[in-house]
Amino acid sequence: MQNKTKEPFVRLAKRDGMPTLKAWGIRLVSIVAALIVCAFIIYAIVKLNPLKVYVSMFEGAFGTGKRTWVTIRDAMMLLCIGVGLAPAFKMKFWNIGAEGQILVGGIATAACMIYAGDSIPTGALLILMAVVSIVAGALWGLVPALFKSKWDTNETLFTLMMNYVAIQLTSYFVALWENPYGSNSVGIINQMSRAGWFPEVFGQAYALNVILVMALTIGMFIYLRYTKHGYEITVVGDSHNTARYAGISVSKVYIRTMLVSGAVCGLAGFIAVSGASHTISTSTAGGRGFTAIIVAWLAKFNTFVMILISFLLVFLEKGAIQIASQYNLSDYASEMIMGIILFFILGSEFFINYRLIFRKKGAKEDAAK
Amino acid sequence: MTCLDRSCAIRMENITKVFGSVVANNKVSLEINKGEILSLLGENGSGKTTLMNMLSGIYYPDDGQIYVNGEPVTIRSPKDAFDLGIGMIHQHFKLVDVFTAAENIALGLNEKGKLDKKAIAARVKEICDKYGFDVDPDQKVYDMSVSQKQTLEIVKVLYRGADVLILDEPTAVLTPQEANKLFAVMRNMKKDNKSIIIITHKLHEVMDISDRVAVLRKGEFVGALDTSKTNPQELTDMMVGHAVELNIDRPDPVDPQVRIMVENLTCYNSDGIKALDNVSFEARSGEILGIAGISGCGQKELLESIAGLQKTASGSSIKYIPAEGEEVQLVGMSPLKIARLGVALSFVPEDRLGMGLVGDLNIAANMLLKNYQSGSSPFTNKKSSKALAEDVVHQLDVKAPDVDKIPIRRLSGGNVQKVLVGREIAANPNVLMTAYAVRGLDINTSYAIYDLLNEQKKKGTAVIYVGEDLDVLLELCDRILVLCSGKVNGIVDGRSTTKEEVGLLMTNLVKEDE
Amino acid sequence: MTQLVSLIQAAVVFGTVILFGATGEIITEKSGNLNLGVPGIMYLGGIVGLMGAFAYESMATDPIPAVCLIISMVCALAAAALGGLIYSFLTITLRANQNVTGLTLTIFGSGFANFFGGSLNKLAGGVGQISVATTSSAFRANIPALAEMGFIGKALFSYGFMVYLAIIIAIACQYFLNKSRVGLNLRAVGENPATADAAGINVIKYKYLATCGGAAITGLGGLYYVMDYIKGTWANDGSIEKLGWLAVALVIFATWKPKNAIWGSYLFGVLFWLYFYIPDLTRSSQEIFKMLPYLVTIAVLIIVSLRKKKENQGPTALGLSYFREER
Repeated sequence: MQNKTKEPFVRLAKRDGMPTLKAWGIRLVSIVAALIVCAFIIYAIVKLNPLKVYVSMFEGAFGTGKRTWVTIRDAMMLLCIGVGLAPAFKMKFWNIGAEGQILVGGIATAACMIYAGDSIPTGALLILMAVVSIVAGALWGLVPALFKSKWDTNETLFTLMMNYVAIQLTSYFVALWENPYGSNSVGIINQMSRAGWFPEVFGQAYALNVILVMALTIGMFIYLRYTKHGYEITVVGDSHNTARYAGISVSKVYIRTMLVSGAVCGLAGFIAVSGASHTISTSTAGGRGFTAIIVAWLAKFNTFVMILISFLLVFLEKGAIQIASQYNLSDYASEMIMGIILFFILGSEFFINYRLIFRKKGAKEDAAK
Repeated sequence: MTCLDRSCAIRMENITKVFGSVVANNKVSLEINKGEILSLLGENGSGKTTLMNMLSGIYYPDDGQIYVNGEPVTIRSPKDAFDLGIGMIHQHFKLVDVFTAAENIALGLNEKGKLDKKAIAARVKEICDKYGFDVDPDQKVYDMSVSQKQTLEIVKVLYRGADVLILDEPTAVLTPQEANKLFAVMRNMKKDNKSIIIITHKLHEVMDISDRVAVLRKGEFVGALDTSKTNPQELTDMMVGHAVELNIDRPDPVDPQVRIMVENLTCYNSDGIKALDNVSFEARSGEILGIAGISGCGQKELLESIAGLQKTASGSSIKYIPAEGEEVQLVGMSPLKIARLGVALSFVPEDRLGMGLVGDLNIAANMLLKNYQSGSSPFTNKKSSKALAEDVVHQLDVKAPDVDKIPIRRLSGGNVQKVLVGREIAANPNVLMTAYAVRGLDINTSYAIYDLLNEQKKKGTAVIYVGEDLDVLLELCDRILVLCSGKVNGIVDGRSTTKEEVGLLMTNLVKEDE
Repeated sequence: MTQLVSLIQAAVVFGTVILFGATGEIITEKSGNLNLGVPGIMYLGGIVGLMGAFAYESMATDPIPAVCLIISMVCALAAAALGGLIYSFLTITLRANQNVTGLTLTIFGSGFANFFGGSLNKLAGGVGQISVATTSSAFRANIPALAEMGFIGKALFSYGFMVYLAIIIAIACQYFLNKSRVGLNLRAVGENPATADAAGINVIKYKYLATCGGAAITGLGGLYYVMDYIKGTWANDGSIEKLGWLAVALVIFATWKPKNAIWGSYLFGVLFWLYFYIPDLTRSSQEIFKMLPYLVTIAVLIIVSLRKKKENQGPTALGLSYFREER
């Protein structure tokens, strides 16, 4: 028999699974590889020692107390949205609409600050703001979920469009609340009275952000892992047939989970407005609704892993802004570097899920003898 | 019976294909002549489709050689197969729903120039006239009946100039009239010197249409015979093999009482095909009712109807009759409602990881699947589920590193099945339904499962056992219901029946007018 | 009348950007790849086209318009196709999730473009200072005799060649998808890759080519935006991103048919600019008006899912990766 049967050079096979440690090893390697690629790009552009550049990135993110707190604040923001997205994505509902859910939450918050800022004591005001932002975000998440469960309307595209409706809604309110006139922005709301601003805790302006988001992170972890609702989400995400077998109503779970997901994203809008920027604009969400999808996805919906990933991404952002100003470049370098690193991490999942089988050259020759 | 000369269209020599640890084909050799209809006969899982998939380029053989017209060839893709004149009509049609018939035919063709639908239509008509088909080139596939789709598949293959046609259980989805029409076409193609391989279970079809019969059993080639020199009895023997003594326990039923009463059950599957046709039977306490049949004859729909997972046609009735209290009509109930009515119904579905278990969850969490809602706490009861999981792991000897960490999809098939069966039995059922409970399991595990079923039987549970291994059905079950094409083709006594009798009931529909 | 003309003109210019984007995305999606990297690809096409033209104009003392056009178009096409290649490699070969990969591509593209756009601006002396006058005017050149022919001339002939190119490409794609063998095969890949595979079609090759080719067309949208819409400058204002998502919406609106995308894009343009021509709108209510394109898209999405008419649905295998041995 001539060797007419040519086996393909490389074949693929699914892995049964890989030890967690090894899987994380592969992800780490991919991040390092990405940093090396970025180093080359940095060198090509600025002709500087990339190591020094990375050091100044670190300084940009953690160089001073203030910078560290800003890094923490932004990481918390990203984490909060990721936490909100986790339940939706865990049940394989593509909620691309966090951006819009954040914005409507932010609008609701800003409205309270503007209209009720003078009449309600701060404590009650903060609670009111939290509640209305939750309701607004939940409603924004509910609409696509209703259509999905009733008519199987594509949720990816629906939630995406809801973002833009929310952006226009924001523009509407920005125009309505414009201050000072002609600035095309709302300006800092209640700058003098600080009504509806997060109070300082332990002397830190952003400590309350951390407390809130960490509470959400832990709460969501528990919700997903230990509650009956979380159990139903897992089953629906795994297989609709299994859900039917277990007597779970898929549409009910869709609707309820999107209420939760939208609510947390709405709350993120509250934190962004009341706890960070104290204003509202179309860039209040600033693309974080999209970035957070990647955070949730890469963390496999484990909210504690999300902490790490959020910090990694925000660190890159802050660091890149630092080198940009230091070397007189555009601070959008951060997004570019983030994109490259994410490409690598996404690609690395392949090596965790699949095995490459190369043609056994040696074996064939042995057989021939 | 080797033929190296040119009259031999295809010769497969020592073909072996292994999937993981399962040997699907073990050194199978087979040939087909030109102008011949060959039946490929075998039970479920005997490796018929796998063997043919290697001819049509879907799979690549691990070992062995294929010859076409006497020349050794390599078939690495469906395209290679087409180029060699081999075309296969799969059981699940490979058609694009939103395309017209003509577009489906033109798909992937290497012809030059722009898409000339008129020219295609003309050639389609030519083929149709020649062999006696009826295809409307402009009809969309989603508007077609099953038989029309099949016709289109055959025309598609002929359009590509195939000389060897493989049909994988073509009559499974056809009415008797449609099947006769198909056979007429097949005879026309045979006259045209085409070679046809038909995969089937139905012996009367084998006798009716084929020139030769090749039989596979458990991945091995058993033999090939001229149809004129054999009979259904001999073929059945070759197909099922000799009865094997398994020594499975079979205690006598104690005080059997009707638990489930099924009357006039009819239902349609997702393709709109009648999956169950007027099925009536009863399942009794303290008894194992076996359900035999070629795969896809309605077993899945039958169990799912009882479990409340399948929509049934009007007029169907499934009653649950408890030992004490009033009987309950199960038709139209969801699984949750059935459970809430206090019907202790356990169900081990065929699709273990796609229906019975959640692959990403650990053993303990999977224990919760059907009763996670119990109690008023918003939290799932991890403690009790862990205890239950440890019980099941211990009692059924499940090999797993832990019960509350490793996702269940990482366990081997046997261990996954033990977890599933263990959970369903732990629910203390009054009715226990299992579908292919021992599929893919090793001998020891299989026996462990039989023991568990017998234990349930002794406790007075009504057990329904859907199986594919006749030897097991014959030794385990008290009564055996044989399904054939969605109909009850007979209910026999497990102690007095023979393998041949059940085998014939599975493959030959007892005609109602006889 | 003047108002109507200027509305039409604004709508056409706006529509052309998203028509390129939508046509490219239709080709991509027909292969079963849902590429949410459309904004990123438009960014890549826009900035690299601009960089190419900028490099040429700053080197040549007397830039030739035709060369400007060719350089910027080649640069834009190549960069956009490269973006498509990254997406293809990750989703087709490495089987990464399509949605996440697409979003990452958008992040990367916007970062890349705004980084180099910002740097170019700095090189050129400040924000808004970068200018490729020759290239931009070449892109915007029209035939004066036709363009000044009254109402008709202004409404139909007052645009640069890219406006007509977009229509031609869309019509060509419509023809390609429905009348050619390759188009038929491509649609089969997106509908049912297993069937296409069994019919002897190289699924992987088709997916790669459609995704990269579609990306190239999408990239032209970015180039048109930079050269014509904002007249050869660069602004880090996120407009491309918005337009990119609108292009994704337009794909749904057009029910995956390029011919519908042509009129749909201009309708989107009209809807987008309508507020400008409605008298007595306050600035805030203008913003509400600008929701129209999105609301209309949502309505179409719902109607399509309600009617369940097979011809109007997206490709059946959209968003799924293909692995032959998975059955």
